[in-house]
Amino acid sequence: MTDRSRDDHTDALRRRLLQAGAGAAALGAVPGASLLGAQAQGTFDWKRFKGEKIEVLLVKSPRGDLLSKYHKEFEDMTGIEVGSEMVPEQQQRQKAVIEFNSGNPSFDVIALSYHVQKRQFAKNNWLTDLRPMINDRMMADPNLDFADFAQGGLNYAVESDGRVMSLPLNLDPWVVYYNKELFAAKGVAFPKTFPQMIDAAAKLNDTGKGVSGFVGRGLKNANVPVWTSFLLGYGGGFVDKGGKLMTDSSEAIESAKMYQTLLGKYGPQGVAGYNWNEAQSLFLQGKAAMWLDGIGFAQPLEDPTKSRIVGKVGYGVMPAGPKQQVSALFADGEGISTFSKKKGPAWFYLQWASNKANQTRMLQAAAGAPVRTSAYAAAQASSDFKSPKEWVECMLASAKIAQPGLPIIAAVTEFRDTFGIALTNMINGADPAAELKRATAEFQPVLDKTEKA
Amino acid sequence: MHAAAPTHVPRPGFLARRRRSYLLFVAPALVVVGAVIIFPWAFTVWMSAFDWKIGSVAHFVGFDNYTQLATNKRFLESILHTFYFTLLAVIFPLILGTIAALIFHREFPLRGMLRSIFTMPMMATPVAVALVWTMMFHPQQGVLNYLLSLVGLPPSLWVYSPTWVIPSLVLVEIWHWTPLIMLIVLGGLAALPTEPYESARLDGASEWQLFRYITLPLLAPFLIVAAVIRTIDALKAFDTIYVISQGGPGTASETINLYLYLQAFAFYNVGNASAVVVVFFVIILALALLLLHVREKAKWT
Repeated sequence: MTDRSRDDHTDALRRRLLQAGAGAAALGAVPGASLLGAQAQGTFDWKRFKGEKIEVLLVKSPRGDLLSKYHKEFEDMTGIEVGSEMVPEQQQRQKAVIEFNSGNPSFDVIALSYHVQKRQFAKNNWLTDLRPMINDRMMADPNLDFADFAQGGLNYAVESDGRVMSLPLNLDPWVVYYNKELFAAKGVAFPKTFPQMIDAAAKLNDTGKGVSGFVGRGLKNANVPVWTSFLLGYGGGFVDKGGKLMTDSSEAIESAKMYQTLLGKYGPQGVAGYNWNEAQSLFLQGKAAMWLDGIGFAQPLEDPTKSRIVGKVGYGVMPAGPKQQVSALFADGEGISTFSKKKGPAWFYLQWASNKANQTRMLQAAAGAPVRTSAYAAAQASSDFKSPKEWVECMLASAKIAQPGLPIIAAVTEFRDTFGIALTNMINGADPAAELKRATAEFQPVLDKTEKA
Repeated sequence: MHAAAPTHVPRPGFLARRRRSYLLFVAPALVVVGAVIIFPWAFTVWMSAFDWKIGSVAHFVGFDNYTQLATNKRFLESILHTFYFTLLAVIFPLILGTIAALIFHREFPLRGMLRSIFTMPMMATPVAVALVWTMMFHPQQGVLNYLLSLVGLPPSLWVYSPTWVIPSLVLVEIWHWTPLIMLIVLGGLAALPTEPYESARLDGASEWQLFRYITLPLLAPFLIVAAVIRTIDALKAFDTIYVISQGGPGTASETINLYLYLQAFAFYNVGNASAVVVVFFVIILALALLLLHVREKAKWT
């Protein structure tokens, strides 16, 4: 007899996956489903792969640091030895491509940034489909609980045909940080819509005092999500069903004009060279009223040794566009190399890395915004939790309206480069319609070439 | 003679043996040169004939990559940026380095110490230098605009302006590499003979005439060497540009090297990148020949 709670768990899990994948009908036909019956008598045991050794390739970041710090816990719990390597983001992406391409990568588990690597990995079939292991009671931790994973993260992890290629760990929806003191001084309320946002930037922009109404990324490549944040609100998209770019549509042009106005007119001098760190330091100095970027910056903003605006920072959900209210979402997770000979132990590692304890730690250390919804309550319950309540609320509200902030295509870096140059040119006065037209014409052949099977 | 004859008979064999033993000594060098220079080079040329993006199948396309480059506005602009950057980054350190060398060639108190201080920029790591300059260039919080404001000048956008980005980057190069030119020229000055100066002084030549008609021609070979070194360095400049401007704003400071880096390591277009390398190599070769030619001429004057 199998116990009831586990049946519930499996059902919930299956429902969740069905929701996540559009064509998930194939789910019943996977080998794992038959295993489910055959091995129903077995139980999950963390010690199952005792004595094995796996290699993990992580990205050097607060999240990578945190996981590595607790590897000992995983080793003690499972008896699996973990060899891990942490590489800076750009180099990790290059390493992944080169090693996967060699057909014999040095790692079993790899951390991936969905907005850059999802399509690339999927197109080349570099990751293992996790469904057989998820559906295998001997392999799946009863506490895995997919219902706890935010939908935005699952959307990234699951392919359109229902295959689950990775587990999401961290969400990065884009939000509007705002300086409450500056807003109050001018009697401006936090904007709810795009026109209000432009209006607020105009009112708060004060060149005499060196205060910018708005700040964000102007540097090519890095600046694209700022524009796509507006594009999504206008109801625009990236690529249509026929593989044609939609980046010169009227929605795209309107959103580019908004980008041009906010950064070119109400942004600081030289914003065309700003990446997030320049924008952050300006905002920290109290010299910018609004800053649009990923949610992960609460820690420096609330740190009295770095910030002049501690306690004055407002965390606002992205205002609504004419068509919809969307927060551009970025996320990262971990997957298992398709070439790995240790898929079982690697899967155990994935389950451990995404478990509630690790997700709560991530939030407590302000290393990221966990995918597990339960982690927020757990972290807030602890006394040493420092992030403001408003930040947590902003995160949960943003996660609900989140959509991928970049097209899910293999040549995403080239996309960012091409459109990033167009946006930088706009800040320096170029015509948005002409720039988008040129960039679209330039990128279409690259897209055609890289997306054909 | 009779006794010697038999020993002369196997001579060809002896020579062949000698040749073989030479080969034995030359072989390691040949292998190394072949492995680290010739093979990669030939392989690059070979790859430049393919349309290959890492992760997908390579197609043979012949000269397609080259014909595409010939009409690629971004690539052609990057060549212009490279030349513009190189020109400024050679001329200014050369002039300033020569002036510095003339100053340090004279006797004055604390000369040794000041000279050592002057050469210090050269010892710093380029990436660290670039990071420090990035902060100094910052339009709101950078020290350069603060200095401008002290003397009543309006703030500049430095590397954040498409027009000023290359001259601003050259400023970093000047700061970093003028000392090297100074050292080379200083070496040249120390090696100059004193007789021409004595006789010119007897003839009543002015200081400027001494410099223009004696020092400068005698220094020419050293200046050419310095120019060659600077040209090579400026052409291959990557770290400072990559760290400070990343080729931006837009593509305003994108040199061939940055374009190449993007193609190869960000977009993984290996075929296209190989073609860029080949073109770049031809450009460098042409410049090197030109400089060699100038050097030959300098020897004759």
